[in-house]
Amino acid sequence: MAAEKMALAKALNASLRTALETDPKVLVMGEDVGRLGGVFRITDQLQKDFGEDRVIDTPLAESGIIGTAIGLALRGYRPVAEIQFDGFVFPAYDQIVTQLAKMHARSLGAVRLPVVIRIPYGGGIGAVEHHSESPEALFAHVAGLKIVTPSDASDAYWMLQQAIQCDDPVVFFEPKARYWDKGEVDREGIPGPLHAAKVVRPGDDLTIAAYGPSVKTALAAASAAEEDGVSLEVVDLRSVSPIDFDTLQRSVERTGRLVVVHEAPVFFGSGGEIAARITERCFYHLEAPVLRVGGFHAPYPPARLEEEYLPGLDRVLDSVDRALAY
Amino acid sequence: MTVESTAARGKPRRAAAETTAASGKTTASRKPAASGKAAASKKPAAPRRTAASRKPAGKRQAERPEMVQLLTPEGERVEHPDYALDTTPEQLRGLYRDMMLTRRFDAEATALQRQGELGLWPSLLGQEAAQIGSGRALRETDYVFPTYREHGVAWCRGVDPAQLLGMFRGVNHGGWDPASNRFHLYTIVIGSQALHATGYAMGVLKDGADEAVLAYFGDGASSQGDVAEAFTFAAVYNAPVVFFCQNNQWAISEPTERQTRVPLYQRAQGYGFPGVRVDGNDVLAVLAVTRAAAEHARTGQGPILVEAFTYRMGAHTTSDDPTRYRPKEELEAWEAKDPMLRLRRLIEREDAADDAFFSELQAESDALAKRVREVIRTMPDPDGMAMFEHTYADGHALVDEERAQYGAYLASFADQHEGN
Ligand SMILES: Cc1ncc(C[n+]2csc(CCOP(=O)(O)OP(=O)(O)O)c2C)c(N)n1
Repeated sequence: MAAEKMALAKALNASLRTALETDPKVLVMGEDVGRLGGVFRITDQLQKDFGEDRVIDTPLAESGIIGTAIGLALRGYRPVAEIQFDGFVFPAYDQIVTQLAKMHARSLGAVRLPVVIRIPYGGGIGAVEHHSESPEALFAHVAGLKIVTPSDASDAYWMLQQAIQCDDPVVFFEPKARYWDKGEVDREGIPGPLHAAKVVRPGDDLTIAAYGPSVKTALAAASAAEEDGVSLEVVDLRSVSPIDFDTLQRSVERTGRLVVVHEAPVFFGSGGEIAARITERCFYHLEAPVLRVGGFHAPYPPARLEEEYLPGLDRVLDSVDRALAY
Repeated sequence: MTVESTAARGKPRRAAAETTAASGKTTASRKPAASGKAAASKKPAAPRRTAASRKPAGKRQAERPEMVQLLTPEGERVEHPDYALDTTPEQLRGLYRDMMLTRRFDAEATALQRQGELGLWPSLLGQEAAQIGSGRALRETDYVFPTYREHGVAWCRGVDPAQLLGMFRGVNHGGWDPASNRFHLYTIVIGSQALHATGYAMGVLKDGADEAVLAYFGDGASSQGDVAEAFTFAAVYNAPVVFFCQNNQWAISEPTERQTRVPLYQRAQGYGFPGVRVDGNDVLAVLAVTRAAAEHARTGQGPILVEAFTYRMGAHTTSDDPTRYRPKEELEAWEAKDPMLRLRRLIEREDAADDAFFSELQAESDALAKRVREVIRTMPDPDGMAMFEHTYADGHALVDEERAQYGAYLASFADQHEGN
């Protein structure tokens, strides 16, 4: 079968279907994932085809979802839990941070918890509060968790497969504003490593590092800059924990400049970590300080203001100009 | 970096004191619990004074004692209509031995903490009957999710007591393989394990296995959202889990009255499964009730809550000072209901053991204490690089990087020593 064109959301659905088909231990669980197919329809038709025992509608209790997923994993299952929206993961934060992330270490390696937590995240869909946040840094700070986020349909399909096969807990952030973007998915292809960053657009003058929903913005910025005769390289990090610093380093050593883009607030965010490590690794190659573009230190604003809050094309290009001016 | 600077800085070698230590500072004024007064009477101890408990819910409720008891504090056997239990002298001796060795181990661990060998110790003193009775009610195939105080249950599961000490000495955070004795790691975050047990039990149900899962927690934990969520999940999925609440009357300095306005076992009703209160200082009643509860779970009847009404006779942990919040009379009233004393009285009453049994048991517990002492004193500190070993099952680039950096940093001192 050749590559198919499908929306990112559809690719996730296909990925879950493949996982349920190939491994009887895989379970899908969460609020409304069954009959409704999830509020974003990512689990559409799965309960109909795999039954209530594999695709489990849960009570409305996030700590309960993750806590029982841990128990199911201890019993040998591979639960894929859906958290309905980014802002609702916090009742489960305790279970994720104090239990899920640490049990492997606490048992000196005896226990494996292959739990995937899918979280639609990020803004730009005009939602009410708690539906548009980017809490990835709050999870990346915790040892024992892995955090990935695809930016296109192909990665959505393959990275979810890989996350489910992974023996560590994986927080799988889905860029909800990109759910409807279509892309080629080759379901017979061979995916690259789950945590490898990818140069999605080569360039010479400056590197933009982005992930999830910001990759599209970065690519748009690169196209716009090209019209001004500036060549931007875009690196899709794909994984926030771990971060593939080697790939990023190779890019920055060539371009000498780095701008990091993400939707989460810049303060104490992943951009700060990237800036620090790249500065350490590439000090003599850098022509300018590493700059960050992202959300502000303010609650995610009401929908009418989110375009100003989110790092859009103009703010990214402004940072590019600043970096080039050094 | 010089050798001196490291020496001056020193490397922390022992885990810092547990966070619960701080809680000992809290003082609370409270009236002595009314239930304590009923202690000495020959009747089964009265339920706690609450409006709800004064009004029996139905006829059947009214006909039987609210708290299941098979052995009075004076060591007399009593019958209960729902929980018959035949015991042989050998069984009585077995239960007594379990309680004795557990209590001795616990006392030794407390002493080792005082001697600086352990950072902290949560004693189970007073809760031996609740733990041994429930632990011995289980089958090998059942699965247990404990808190941090279930040393007696661990004993029943065949976990080497010395293994329990690692986390309190600060050499690991648990360190055992839960699958090997079907005894999960101790859980410090209150109530978390109730959900793990429920999820595990959901898996048992999916597998069609003939197993019960036990979730241990305290009266304080009953206030946690995770326990409420566990009740909900267990009920709606009909998971074979026994929620075993040891109501030892206190959550550090907070009395049970601070957690609930109804007797705890009645909570279950609101979730749609049965709850039963058992005299937690009566090992026979706990055995019978837990056996029935586990059978209830195994036979597809869903979850059940057992409230073992007991008492924590020691401090919450070795960092706690119960004299700041606990009336002396209350402790004395409960000492009269000591779970071991009452079993000993029964054994004597029924002539179920001779002097040799008791003196051999004494020797056995001294030997156990000696072994534990030796194990703890020779328990090696983990190698510094062990930190990096089990963070991930599949590896992680950052861990690899930090391991390499720290390894090189440590190695740099070795080089300098060689150079000197
Ligand atoms: C979530 C959480 N909050 C606070 C603590 C600190 N703490 C440790 S034990 C304890 C009291 C627990 O009481 P209970 O559940 O009745 O169990 P017991 O210790 O009496 O056996 C508290 C507050 C904790 N470990 N976890």
